[in-house]
Formats: sequence, structure tokens, C-alpha cells
Amino acid sequence: MSKFKKKKSGDLPAISTASLPDIVFMLLFFFMVATVMRQNTLMIENKLPTADQIEKLDKKDLVMYIYAGKPSSRYRASAGSEARIQLNDKFADVSEVKAFILAERASKREELVPFLTTALKVDGDTNMGLVGDIKKELRDVQALKINYTTRTGSAMDNFN
Amino acid sequence: MARRSAPEVNAGSMADIAFLLLIFFLVTTTIETDSGISRKLPPPQEENIEPPILKQKNIFVVELNKNNDLLVEEAPMELKDLREAAIKFLDNGGGQGVEACTFCQGAKDPSSSDNPTKAVISLRNNRETNYSAYIAVQNELVAAYTTLRNREANRLFGKSFEQMEKDLKDVNYAGNKESLKEDIKQIQFMFPEKLSEAEPKK
Repeated sequence: MSKFKKKKSGDLPAISTASLPDIVFMLLFFFMVATVMRQNTLMIENKLPTADQIEKLDKKDLVMYIYAGKPSSRYRASAGSEARIQLNDKFADVSEVKAFILAERASKREELVPFLTTALKVDGDTNMGLVGDIKKELRDVQALKINYTTRTGSAMDNFN
Repeated sequence: MARRSAPEVNAGSMADIAFLLLIFFLVTTTIETDSGISRKLPPPQEENIEPPILKQKNIFVVELNKNNDLLVEEAPMELKDLREAAIKFLDNGGGQGVEACTFCQGAKDPSSSDNPTKAVISLRNNRETNYSAYIAVQNELVAAYTTLRNREANRLFGKSFEQMEKDLKDVNYAGNKESLKEDIKQIQFMFPEKLSEAEPKK
């Protein structure tokens, strides 16, 4: 009879961790695919306003980014607390916008130039004076397609 | 010589390597927002050009002052009422004869706009105005146009204007894209986005 008696060990069998790498790889691939490397290091505060009438910018390589906002706390000592423009990793003056647009245009293929869009990533707390100045510069260089980058949400939140 | 089988590589540390990479990507990931309100700026103007003469009743003045107060036709207004007011103005259709609007459903008030094709919304802001307030107003005005365009598109083509634009971008769209483009143009002609922005006042 003892032949059929099962050997019983008291402790639980160890959970196999052989599939752990598979799970981790799955997560890894998700983040690798979803990641967009930031092109510019932000030196300004950039809390975008919200809106709900938005369009998606789908051709990432045909977008020029202009950032504006108050310098973040690290740069406040050197750049002041007034809202500034940031182009390509450094603070810029309004007069440099033109040169920036022309340089961006020169780096693209000629047939793509008419499709270039300027995305204005402006902090919600900025004064319209600065934005108006940027728009005036853009008009002067015929960069007329613009996109006010916003977060999705109700526009009513902007007044709080 | 007898062939010896290669020793198995220990894969126990693979999880560690994968974790390392995973944490790197987790830290560097920023889900970028790349959507927003698209607008077209007017081309630069020559110096001494006479502005076209517009009838006062065809202009809808929206002003944001330096305290972020919204003034519509010189009367204060809450932001939530702006969309309604803009739709009412655009859809009024008070014109007579050649200027009559055949598809408008508005009040036909003779003191408001003649025709959506004539109606201009003029947005003025101060240099001190907050950007987020400006975006909120832009959003409401764009929404007013979209609402009207959707209404007409639904009436004429049986689907909303937003759906038509989505179809135009969709590569798998089964219908005729050329005629779709024409339809979109027709709607845009009925309700052209005439949003004029004055230079900010000092």
C-alpha cells in the first residue's frame, strides 16, 4: 500500500520566475515604442493652457517649435523672472525668431517648406504682448501656419 | 574527436538587464502633447493700404482687456456665453436681396450680420492679457464655426464636418476623395472663418 502513498513535502513549491523576463521585455517594448525623445531641454515653465477644439499635428518633422514662458527656477538668477522665448535649447530675443525660422527652412527639403507649421508652446501665464511680437515676426517671414499647442480639456479651466 | 555539447548560457540575469533598460525608458519618456488649435496668420501688409470698408453690423467685436475681462460689443460677458453669442451673430442672416442667406436659421435681425460670408469676428487683446484667456476665447470662437459647419454638413451631406475632415485624412476611406474635398470646400465657403486680430494695444 505504501507504494501509492505520495511523497508529501511540507513547503510550497517555488514560483517559477522563468517568464519574468518576458513580462519585463513586453513593458520595455511598450515604453520604447511610446517614447518620444525630447528635442529641446526646457529652460522655461511650460504649463500649456487647455482647449477642446484641437487638431493633431501628425508630421512631426515638419513642425518648428517655439517655446515661451517664465524661466524655470534654475535659470531665474541669470535670465530674470520675465517671460522669455526659448529656441533650440537657449533663451532668445524676439528678433532672433526670424533667423530661427529661416534656418529651419534651410534645413528642410525645398518641396516640404510650404508645409512647415510653427507650434507655439507658450505657458498659460505669459502676457499676450510677447505672443503678439512672435506672431508679428512670423508674419514678416511668411510663416503663416501656426498651431497653439494646448492640452486637451475644457477651455473654461483657463480662467481659474 | 568527440563533439562536446556547448554549455548552456545562464539566462538568469536577463531579467536584470531588461529591468535596467525598462527603467531608463520609463525615466526618459515624456508623452508629448502635439495637438492644438491650428490657425493661419494673415500675410504681412503693405504700409499705406486702405482697409476695406465693412458695415458696422457685420463686425462682431470681442475684446479681452488687461484684467482678462471679456467684452463683447462693449458689454461684459461670461466666457460660457461667448460660443452662443458668436453662433447667433454668424447665423443671423439679416441680409436682403443679393446678400440674403438661404441656409441661415438665425433671428434675421437687421441690426446684426447680413450673411455668414460677410460676418467678421474681430478679436482685440491687450498686451497684458493672459495667454490662457486668449486661448480660451480662440477656442470658443473656433467652436462656434465648427458647430455651424457641422450643422450644414449634416443637412447637406448627412455627416458632420469634423467627420468629413477625418475621412479626408483617412487612407482607408472608401468613398471618393475628390468629391469629398469639394464638399468640404463648399461648407468652408458657406461659413468662412473670418477672424481678424488687431495688433495688441499698449
